[in-house]
Amino acid sequence: MTKPAPPPQAPVGDWATDFDLAEPEYNERAVEIWSDLRSRCPVAHTTRYGGAWLPVRHEHIRQIAYDTEHYTSRGVVVGNLRPIVPGPAGAAPPITSDPPFHGEARRLLLPAFAPKRIALLEPDIRLLCQRQLAKLGSVSAGDQIDAAVDYAQQVPGAVMARLLGLPETDHELFRGFVHDLLEGVNLPEDEMARRRDRFDAYLDEQIAAHRRAPQDDLTTFLSEATIDGQPLAPQHVRGTIALLLLAGIDTTWSLLGSSLHHLATHQADLKRLRENPSLLPTAIEEFLRAYAPATMARLVKQSHDFHGHAFQEEDWVLLPFAAANRDPEVFERADEILIDRAVNPHAAFGLGIHRCLGSNLARLELRVALEEFLARFPSFEPGDEAVRWSVGQIRGPRRLSLRLLEVQNPIAPETTIPRTEYTRSRS
Amino acid sequence: MRVRVDAQRCQGQNRCYALAPEVFDVDDLGQALVIATGSIPQSLEARVRLAAANCPERAITVSDDD
Repeated sequence: MTKPAPPPQAPVGDWATDFDLAEPEYNERAVEIWSDLRSRCPVAHTTRYGGAWLPVRHEHIRQIAYDTEHYTSRGVVVGNLRPIVPGPAGAAPPITSDPPFHGEARRLLLPAFAPKRIALLEPDIRLLCQRQLAKLGSVSAGDQIDAAVDYAQQVPGAVMARLLGLPETDHELFRGFVHDLLEGVNLPEDEMARRRDRFDAYLDEQIAAHRRAPQDDLTTFLSEATIDGQPLAPQHVRGTIALLLLAGIDTTWSLLGSSLHHLATHQADLKRLRENPSLLPTAIEEFLRAYAPATMARLVKQSHDFHGHAFQEEDWVLLPFAAANRDPEVFERADEILIDRAVNPHAAFGLGIHRCLGSNLARLELRVALEEFLARFPSFEPGDEAVRWSVGQIRGPRRLSLRLLEVQNPIAPETTIPRTEYTRSRS
Repeated sequence: MRVRVDAQRCQGQNRCYALAPEVFDVDDLGQALVIATGSIPQSLEARVRLAAANCPERAITVSDDD
């Protein structure tokens, strides 16, 4: 079913009745907006994008995330058009797939992202972080850097390039794809189609190269994988690689940036973490809770009532997991960031069958990237330029100016970083 | 104290294994399982309760010994 074209975009009047995640104000003021909505209308609505809903209470977000009967994952990024579905897989399996196909597509990938397998990557990731910090060159105390551009976004890009076996030099391209596809929801459809085509063409070229010369990486693994003895459809292979690349980069980039932003603006936490690094595990879980970058979407399968709201078939429903994580009914002192919070069952990686496949990798990257950053720059504060937040469903700083107050010499790693046997070491 | 992971609810969030690896393990798919057999030693009870309280899927139940 198709919906009529949406009305031209106007500035948001009331976030309860006319919200728009593509407005820069949303990510800038997200915490205030959620708190306001939670107190007066726990499920906000907009007629933009052909109709969309924004629940902000933990209980509601949880209920929808667990309900695959009334909601489909066919579309997970809100746009003006509804995605056209190629079969049960959706455009980027398994995130766009529904049961039962979802389970098969996911099971294929789970071993490569299981905790013990991911742990093998720690030395490689540490070297990548050290190399990135060495690339900053000769900085000294008092200098300013952009920690979002020059560090936070570089690390996950380099890690995903290695896992997928894509040229690390294509790094700039990845950032372009992330920007093109996740921050451009209000562009005209022909422009969006052009951007998708550009990305697909890049991926097809890479997949073809891997078919000609198989490597020990996830692109080769997916090219050779089968479900029930059948090779994956070419769209499935491409869609999954697209998913791993996009979801693996900007989410981790966002959280790493948010964590550094928090430490710069909360000097007591920075000092405490520096003096007591054993707080890092709880600090990371707390950053995940409070700054959970991802909001996922669902589409309503059939019209139904949701706690007094008339959800219509093909309406979007957003799942802002960070709003769930700040619900005072579930978390004590929900809007305070406590880096030693012991009880913290946050939903940063989602809830239910679509739990972030890369959660173990994300945690590892965050820990190592923070450890290495703090080793090189034990002390820093906000720089002159104001932080600039992303626009859209992945929330995090895109520009993060920091003034370095204390600088240690870089650990310059070898230019070639050895590659840990990973994909083919499956038991 | 006894502890149980509901395999239907577990989605591999991996909080329990990180908090109490003496009691929980994860399989090749990242799903949690209890490796401790029988009653949980008293010295581990607090951490097992913490692991249960940190499970976002509410998949872990602790109960008193029969």
